[in-house]
Amino acid sequence: MTQDTRKLIKQLLKGNRRAAARLMTLAESMSPEAHAAIKQLYPHTGKAHIIGVTGPPGSGKSTLVDKLIEEFRAQGRTVGVVAVDPSSPFTGGALLGDRIRMNRFASDHDVFIRSMGSRGSLGGLAWATHDVVHILDALGKDIIIVETVGAGQAEVDIIQIAETVVLLSVPGLGDDIQTIKAGIMEIGNVFVINKADLDGADRRYAELQMALELDRKPDGWQPPILKAIATTGEGVSEVVKAIQSHHDYLIESGEIAQNRERRYCAQLETIVEHSFIRKLFVEPEEQALFQQLVQEVNERKTDPYTAAERLILHLIKQKGN
Amino acid sequence: MTEAEQKIRVLIAKPGLDGHDRGAKVVARALRDAGFEVIYTGLRQTPEQIAEAALQEDVTVVGLSILSGAHMRLFPEIMKLLKERGMDDTLVIAGGIIPEDDIKPLKKLGIKAIFGPGTPTTEIVEYIRTNAK
Ligand code: B12
Ligand SMILES: Nc1nc2c(ncn2[C@@H]2O[C@H](COP(=O)(O)OP(=O)(O)OP(=O)(O)O)[C@@H](O)[C@H]2O)c(=O)[nH]1
Ligand SMILES: [Mg+2]
Repeated sequence: MTQDTRKLIKQLLKGNRRAAARLMTLAESMSPEAHAAIKQLYPHTGKAHIIGVTGPPGSGKSTLVDKLIEEFRAQGRTVGVVAVDPSSPFTGGALLGDRIRMNRFASDHDVFIRSMGSRGSLGGLAWATHDVVHILDALGKDIIIVETVGAGQAEVDIIQIAETVVLLSVPGLGDDIQTIKAGIMEIGNVFVINKADLDGADRRYAELQMALELDRKPDGWQPPILKAIATTGEGVSEVVKAIQSHHDYLIESGEIAQNRERRYCAQLETIVEHSFIRKLFVEPEEQALFQQLVQEVNERKTDPYTAAERLILHLIKQKGN
Repeated sequence: MTEAEQKIRVLIAKPGLDGHDRGAKVVARALRDAGFEVIYTGLRQTPEQIAEAALQEDVTVVGLSILSGAHMRLFPEIMKLLKERGMDDTLVIAGGIIPEDDIKPLKKLGIKAIFGPGTPTTEIVEYIRTNAK
């Protein structure tokens, strides 16, 4: 690790915002240097309550996050936000617009907001979102809110990070069958029907209630369904109460242990997966071996399974990053 | 997998009460299409909001768009707040309606380039590619 990085970590732990921001940029590079930095600051993490906010594109996630920040600040808690927007798979560029809705906290240095492009990750987050959350945690933020990209059915990576997942839906989006089928329904701990000022909120409520009824567990946390109007703030304090109840429930029931285990397991998987992918597609030597094996399979000199075994053997024979 | 180790991140900001956002949006989209990450903060930003967003987002480039005529009042304040935050090394550029006479004092302030109406967006992309580090 360079002197520069060491200094940034020191400053971060003293609460320096610029150092935090620069470490986030480093984290996004996913380089060995970035990982060395995260290793160093990891012992200073684990204190924050991490809240995920997910839901379809345009459902009002950022607007709601803005109101959540306000509520948590009124309670005297410090807040970090990571807002992920999709990167173009073709150019790698991204227009990160979530911040537009959260502009009023600029003079409050206990609020730190960071935008991220998804950069090729498909689960609704970016590869480095975990690391940016760690950095906010080490910076000392009490509450960390992660806004996912506008999610459909497959973008469920948020449960790898968040202790509490707030799932937004809006009136008039899709029919009830769609709702029941969608895998994303299973990840919500608090359901919010946002834009309750629009027609169809009651119908939406009934649909959600029915869908949740179908896989009601006999005991444990019963996800509440709340109506809100994020633009005016109506119903937002109830959302905050529900988030806190869920957190209390996790702790009192002891379920927090399983919740953590699930998240750490997923994080570890992600890191291993990404390290392998990085090796295969970034390091020239491995890239060459990969290409060579593809060729051999193509020429039927070997089969894909043997080729994969050779690759994995090659990778584990090396040490370090 | 595309993995640009250091992606260029650009903040596009509209300071003051100026409601002309077409140019800012056109530029933001062009930069996105050129592969940059563009943080667009929307209309009516105070200098403090702009400087703080630049800091938190750790951008390489701050792009100010202004057509209201208030640049001589707003830009010095923004430059001061960036400096206070240790962001002197950020590349600051601007565009919009900026009279010829103002360009020199603005450059002296540290604004590296100014792009007026009709500038092809490719020129802006090229400039950033060459000058952002
Ligand atoms: C369209 C327009 C409007 C629209 C704006 C719609 C919108 N949402 O943007 C409407 C009708 C709402 C409007 C209203 C007004 N307007 Co008007 N408007 C224009 C007009 C005709 C074109 C602006 C435009 O959109 N151009 C197209 C875009 C793509 O070009 P651009 O913004 O210049 O951007 C390019 C470059 O400047 C540069 N660029 C711009 N931003 C950035 C940022 C970066 C980082 C970079 C690198 C480059 C860059 O790159 C772009 C691409 O080449 C101009 C005249 C003109 N010819 O510029 C007057 C003009 C800007 N308006 C003017 C005025 C006075 C007004 C009003 C006050 C009028 C009134 N009395 O009501 C109001 C104020 C509105 C407000 N709230 O601020 C004056 C400003 C005078 C001044 N600055 O001294 C102008 C110059 C007209 C004039 N000659 O008098 N306006
Ligand atoms: N009528 C109504 N509009 C709302 C409400 N909440 C948000 N909106 C509007 O919905 C639009 C999208 O809001 P955002 O907060 O940007 O939505 P988002 O889910 O963050 O969007 P993406 O991040 O792009 O997926 C904006 O125009 C908001 O003003 C609400 O409760 N009622
Ligand atoms: Mg959003």
